[in-house]
Amino acid sequence: MRKFKQGLAFSLFKFFAVLVVGILFSIVFFILFNGIKVINWEFLTKSPSNGMLSGGIFPAIIGTIYLIIGSIIFAVPFGVSAAIYNIEYGKNNWFVKIMRIMTNNLAGVPSIIFGLVGMALFVNKLNFGPSLISGALTLAILILPLIIRTTEEALKSVPEDYRTSSYSLGASKLTTIRKVVLPAAIPNILTGIVLSIGRVSGETAPILFTVAAYFLPHLPQSIYDQAMALPYHLYVLVTSGTDLEASRSMAYGTALVLVAIVFAMNLLAGFFRNKMNKLNKRNS
Amino acid sequence: MKKIKEKLMYGYLMISGGVTGIIILFIIIFLFSEGIGLFQSKNIENGYALYLNTENVIEELSPEEITNIFDGKITNWKEVRGQDLEIITYRFNDLLNSYSESDLGDNYEHIPLIIEEHISENKGIIAYLPTSFAPEESDFVRILSVGNIELKDFFIESKWMPTSEPVPLFGSLSLIIGTLLVGFLAIIIALPLGLGLAVYLSELANKKVKKVLKPVIELLAGIPSVVYGFFGLIVLAPIVQKVFKLPIGETALTGALVLAIMALPTIVSVAEDALNNTPRELKEASLALGANQWETIQKVVFPYAKSGILAAIVLGVGRAIGETMAVLMVTGNAAILPSSVFQSVRTIPATIAAELGEAPTGGVHYQALFLLGIVLFLFTLMTSVVGEVISKKKY
Repeated sequence: MRKFKQGLAFSLFKFFAVLVVGILFSIVFFILFNGIKVINWEFLTKSPSNGMLSGGIFPAIIGTIYLIIGSIIFAVPFGVSAAIYNIEYGKNNWFVKIMRIMTNNLAGVPSIIFGLVGMALFVNKLNFGPSLISGALTLAILILPLIIRTTEEALKSVPEDYRTSSYSLGASKLTTIRKVVLPAAIPNILTGIVLSIGRVSGETAPILFTVAAYFLPHLPQSIYDQAMALPYHLYVLVTSGTDLEASRSMAYGTALVLVAIVFAMNLLAGFFRNKMNKLNKRNS
Repeated sequence: MKKIKEKLMYGYLMISGGVTGIIILFIIIFLFSEGIGLFQSKNIENGYALYLNTENVIEELSPEEITNIFDGKITNWKEVRGQDLEIITYRFNDLLNSYSESDLGDNYEHIPLIIEEHISENKGIIAYLPTSFAPEESDFVRILSVGNIELKDFFIESKWMPTSEPVPLFGSLSLIIGTLLVGFLAIIIALPLGLGLAVYLSELANKKVKKVLKPVIELLAGIPSVVYGFFGLIVLAPIVQKVFKLPIGETALTGALVLAIMALPTIVSVAEDALNNTPRELKEASLALGANQWETIQKVVFPYAKSGILAAIVLGVGRAIGETMAVLMVTGNAAILPSSVFQSVRTIPATIAAELGEAPTGGVHYQALFLLGIVLFLFTLMTSVVGEVISKKKY
């Protein structure tokens, strides 16, 4: 009887496991098989034409790349130095503790809220209008917690011996951080940055009102221009195209490009992490 | 010189250390400053007013009553605490349609007179007019005073018609219920599946399977929500429609299914971490006492991991409530109080995403959407605080 119960429970767990993995894989294959037929050189390098029924997604790819660069430029200096302060200087004082709670809460804020605040602050109050700079700043706020956390992990993983030996050679705290701690932590910091790139390229809600354009005949010329972006382009193709059935194949292609970017970034992050682990093993 | 540089650097680092706090503060300040103005706004379009015949004794009307009157659902003043008198609604367009341009005068200077005449002739009239063209208050005409939009109406009423005329209705109850319904349903669906996979990974699977599956599941957590929404719309919605024989496939259930799939990777990894935290000695002691593996999981691992699993549930609900794009694409977005999961619903984030683009900046609609943002922000803040408290509690 006990054995039977165990067998029953375990087969249920196994069934669930297979089911979940099956569902998740079917989504990936669904996108892959339908998208791969659409993707070719032209799709990646041409503008949408014919009411978005043919042509490619080049402006959306460029827009997303601009947004990635912009948000990383804004978020990394603040995020990395915040983590340096928390780990190297703060040493768990009350300020760091409060800020850590704030960072956790910020990570849990729904992305549409960032869209709202980005619109109120950057688009309206600072009068940037819907533009690349508004969108990049909004996305920078979104990825800040991720960058802070991964950088904190990276700094923590640098052995304490490094710091003490640097001090004993007469180096100041700042020099130690710059010449010893940061170089050792770089691969893990890169992990965080790469993961944020994946996040930025997929987020739709924060860019809805801050930058995204339905269709633009030309590429953005300055940071005050609107831009197309991959996730918003997919949303438009699926929900409000001129002919939903006909634009479906374009949607599959866009979805595949999007998923491919995210997967590539995650794999790259895994690569950096492995490198770091090996480094740490050799040192210890 | 070197010292100054160090001090400057320290100052910069400290400011950066506080940057997330500053941002949270900014979020709160901006949501409130943009949203709270709603309750200082008159509950009628700017520059318009409602005009009555002076013999009409009505003192005040609720926004919903006004809407029903202009929709023709209330046809007699006695239904709204007035005298027994037929209601005649009158809009500015009625005037433009029934008079020629020469009647109205070259600069429309005759309009106030015409209206005053019209109102004095019809005792049951209620006219919705721009104040610039309307007559002054007189022996025949009076203005119905319209109150401000009220906080309690915002939370108690369930009609969300932000662009309806003459008064917009901002009853967010149907949106709040819709959000909670979809969020909780998603977790109810995802929990047994996610927990099953987590138990399988932490207790049953061999090392090789685990080594492959874990990173793959983490990878899937990174798929953008708009892609999940696309999948939900094209694959899940038709399935739901067929299986339950519904007129449309975009329902609360479809939204919950998509959210459940999206929440799975998170639930699996948090729950698995919690299960893995069970000390080896406890498990071995249980096995040594003659309990088999399932009994050990049931009686030792589960209770020990309870708080971690609970935290996964709470955090999962928070995530599901705040999810925007996927839900926007698959729930059908009807702003009505849902009576079953097979109906189309609209969530708070989906409402914001769908309507903010059309709402004029600074207007009542815009403010109402920021107010919804505050509600959503408080919801998710609550879940993340509760989640943190639970996960810190030791068994």
